[in-house]
Amino acid sequence: MTRTTPANDSAAEPTNRRALRSQARGEQSRLLALSLPAFILVGTLVLLPMGWLFWLSVYGSDGFTLENYTRLLHPAYKETLITTFELAFLVTGLCILLGYPLSYVASQLSPRWASLVMLCVLFPFWTSLLVRTYAWLVLLQRRGVINTWLMDMGLIDTPLKLVHNFTGTTIGMVHIMLPFLVLPLYASMKTIDFDLMKAASNLGASPTRAFWEIYVPLTLPGLGAGVILVFVLSLGFYVTPALLGGGRVMMWAMQIERSMAVYGDWGAASALGVVLLVMTLGILWLLGRLTGAFAGAGGR
Amino acid sequence: MLRKAATATQITHLQRLWLYVVCALVIVFLVAPTLLVVPMSFSDSRYLQFPPESWSLRWYEAYLGSLEWRRATVVSLQVAGLTMVVATITGTLAAYGLHVSRVKAGKYVSVLLTLPMIIPVILLAVGIFLTFAPVGLNSTILGLVLAHSILAIPLVLITVTAGMRNFDINQEMVARSMGASRPWAFLTVTLPQIRNSVLSAALLAFIISLDEVVIALLIAGGDKATLTRRMFLALRDEIDPTIAAISTLLIGLSILLLALSQFLQSKRD
Repeated sequence: MTRTTPANDSAAEPTNRRALRSQARGEQSRLLALSLPAFILVGTLVLLPMGWLFWLSVYGSDGFTLENYTRLLHPAYKETLITTFELAFLVTGLCILLGYPLSYVASQLSPRWASLVMLCVLFPFWTSLLVRTYAWLVLLQRRGVINTWLMDMGLIDTPLKLVHNFTGTTIGMVHIMLPFLVLPLYASMKTIDFDLMKAASNLGASPTRAFWEIYVPLTLPGLGAGVILVFVLSLGFYVTPALLGGGRVMMWAMQIERSMAVYGDWGAASALGVVLLVMTLGILWLLGRLTGAFAGAGGR
Repeated sequence: MLRKAATATQITHLQRLWLYVVCALVIVFLVAPTLLVVPMSFSDSRYLQFPPESWSLRWYEAYLGSLEWRRATVVSLQVAGLTMVVATITGTLAAYGLHVSRVKAGKYVSVLLTLPMIIPVILLAVGIFLTFAPVGLNSTILGLVLAHSILAIPLVLITVTAGMRNFDINQEMVARSMGASRPWAFLTVTLPQIRNSVLSAALLAFIISLDEVVIALLIAGGDKATLTRRMFLALRDEIDPTIAAISTLLIGLSILLLALSQFLQSKRD
């Protein structure tokens, strides 16, 4: 019974604390280990292959080489790069033009109407990408619904070329990308305090000026998040351009697939892939720093 | 009504009527093309018209009568169902572990797990093809399930983590202080309360797998071709009206799942 002396007590305390702390640490590690199955899946199927792709792009049959990258300066590749960026910019611009008014009005509607509008935005989101692309193919083709209507109304004599070209690809891509812009933008508009606009009016600003100088700047983080998403998704887009472009619109992603599947040229495919990956991550990082909105980006 | 002020800056509804018209047109642009496919799928003619001149079920018969389409449908449903199970379980475990654990490395793990959402799908597909080739997982159900799980895990992680934020973890501590083991406390106290988030995540995982095209295009050949892969290849060559029938069925499924997810969300607080 000598353990009750104060000296022994204070000696026992650090031991207990140490034991508890190591137990807590063990518990924390076990909790972290719960993410192991997901981590192993993503690690083996995403991280390792990306490393492998990089390796393939710089290591040829005779050692290290930058040949795969210098080949990308070939005019055919350059043209693909230009088309890809052109489309990505155009689609992003059109999405802002269509998505901003929609989000603006939706954010001011009564809850019931707002949820109806957002359901209309979410509906395409949940519908298969392929089904929506198919719908445009049917609408825009030579003997499709739009051409038939226009001819019946006597507006045109010969069918317009609306699909299997740049126009069709743009229309289809805007349709697919619009929800990605509207969702973050709408969320940010919902949080704006309209008393700020009242204050601006009170201080003599015209409605137009209050809108451009108070409202729009407040929506920039949400808009930034949407723009990043749309632009980056457009850069790597495959399905819709492949179908609506009809082989005439060559996107970066299609070039990768073609190099690999048609020509079996792993050097070119991997170099193209590395460039796309670097561009995508670079833009995300850059715009994330510029607008501070990276954290708000999310979606499919 | 129209002369009432609509904004804090006293713009009336009449003054911004144009804005409402623009919005209505954008909504039509978003929804109408997809919905037009539904009546057109019941058309009798090879050239799909709207409105159809005569009605028939011939494209549905063509779909059901084709062994290839039926087989592709079965493959797609199998893969989507299994992906839902794999992604929901691994994703929920990760979301729970990363949310409760206070280890610093957890943050980096979350970022790594959301990477598949940022990397272009075509690159994921090429990478997965490379990894599967030596181990013979290309053109297998298992391979497709693993590949689709990668796409679904980030969304499961985000959805379940959002649900965990609304849950007070102290409740689990109470259960454990009264003698429940950690897994038991999770199953009986935590899981029932984040149930709706987990179910939403499962629905998302299912639909992501069912809709996925690019990965299936590269790794799902032969008799393991998915529905979307067959549809894509058929569309690239020629516009087969059978696809209108399949599309209508897929649209119906989407509406069902969307309604279900909205229902789950309305029950979540």
